[in-house]
Amino acid sequence: MKGTIWQRLDFIARKLTPLLVSLGLVLISVIPLRLPQTSFIVPTLALMSVYYWSLHRADLLPALAIFFVGMLQDILTGGPLGINTLIFLAVYGVCVSQRRFFHGKSFLVVWWGFMVVAAGALALEWALSSAHAGSIAAPRPAYFKYLITITVYPLFAWIFARIQRTLPAVE
Amino acid sequence: MAKRPESFQRVAAPLRAVAQRFAFLFLLLASGAILLFGKADPQIFDRARMTVTDAFAPVLDALSRPIATGAAIIDEAQYLINLRAQNSALRAENARLLQWHSAARNLATENQRLRGLLQFIPEDSLRFISARVIADSGGTFVRSMLVNAGRRDGVRSGLPVVVGEGLIGRIVETGNRVSRILLIDDLNSRVPVVVGPDRERAVLAGDNSRLPKLIYLASNAQIQMGARIMTSGQGGVFPPGISVGVVASMDGNGVRAQSFVATSELEYVRIVDYGLAAVLDGGNRADPVEED
Repeated sequence: MKGTIWQRLDFIARKLTPLLVSLGLVLISVIPLRLPQTSFIVPTLALMSVYYWSLHRADLLPALAIFFVGMLQDILTGGPLGINTLIFLAVYGVCVSQRRFFHGKSFLVVWWGFMVVAAGALALEWALSSAHAGSIAAPRPAYFKYLITITVYPLFAWIFARIQRTLPAVE
Repeated sequence: MAKRPESFQRVAAPLRAVAQRFAFLFLLLASGAILLFGKADPQIFDRARMTVTDAFAPVLDALSRPIATGAAIIDEAQYLINLRAQNSALRAENARLLQWHSAARNLATENQRLRGLLQFIPEDSLRFISARVIADSGGTFVRSMLVNAGRRDGVRSGLPVVVGEGLIGRIVETGNRVSRILLIDDLNSRVPVVVGPDRERAVLAGDNSRLPKLIYLASNAQIQMGARIMTSGQGGVFPPGISVGVVASMDGNGVRAQSFVATSELEYVRIVDYGLAAVLDGGNRADPVEED
């Protein structure tokens, strides 16, 4: 270890950034916006964060961190516990295994990857929620949520990329 | 980071990869197990869940305030823009309401006399607890809200939640300073209701779409578009006579209702303690209300 205590604290804070960003997005996504019908079109913000960091810096957002993000999402939205942890971990698993494919590819390819992953994640969420409740959930809201989520992904990816530049390099 | 010997690195790196893979599988299985246990007994995680929610309440409360201010400014601007049109509309409505007012007074007097004749004991509401909405699940598959009133304010599981226009849901979980409202359009919500002037009995069942379904309607029930829906009081969770909405669509797939309340725009709600015995003691949210 080198540097003063402040440098070390700074280093730790930077390493924790992807986790803190993800947890922050969970909090933001449950804030009531009080716009007509927003509750039907709030994008799954944490999913974007999980996808981005799993692809680009999985070393800074390990499975345990993803587990906590999913757990917080389930607790704050009041959904059945375990659904979002399962979905986020599945996204993490897919991203980590496909990281080589996406490495060095253009943003459009990564965006297309997100469209596929988000479709899978929302389909899984729909299936698990319906199975858990024992009745079929209306699929329409999920469809709109999917559209808005993939539409705003580039904006968030840009913010994540800015944050990524400030992070310590891979060991 | 201190430099480690090369040989150590060569052994440690694959070991770490194996550990990470193991952790991933373990956490995946743990999530599945939590989901299954939570389904088998919804109460086992309730305490832990509300403890975490309680801890986040101040953060959510603080975050939701600037948003509320922003929304209030937009509202104010819209209000100023529409002032003229609104004023003339209100004058017309006021004239109409004055007629209703006198009609209502006559009916109230008559009702009072008739109640006197019958020695009818009215069911009084005991008290209202006002609370601010601090989080909206925003979930496509969960329709619930967090409000900043909890056990210390006297909120209990099962209490109905209303705003001026009508019913929005019931309390399903209570923390010390927050509670969760299960909205009537959630997948798990079942509200016993009566429909229209004939008071046809039905159960209003949410399916996460904007228009909840009316199920268990009698096959010969006469339902009109726009018929008013009110709680029936059956099952004992909701007291009778709270407005819920109107019949909004009827087709081969069944009858659907439109709630009087746009829940996404709510800032304050009222939790009503009617002093009914807590049928849902323990806040078992997965149990639907019994019908008939």
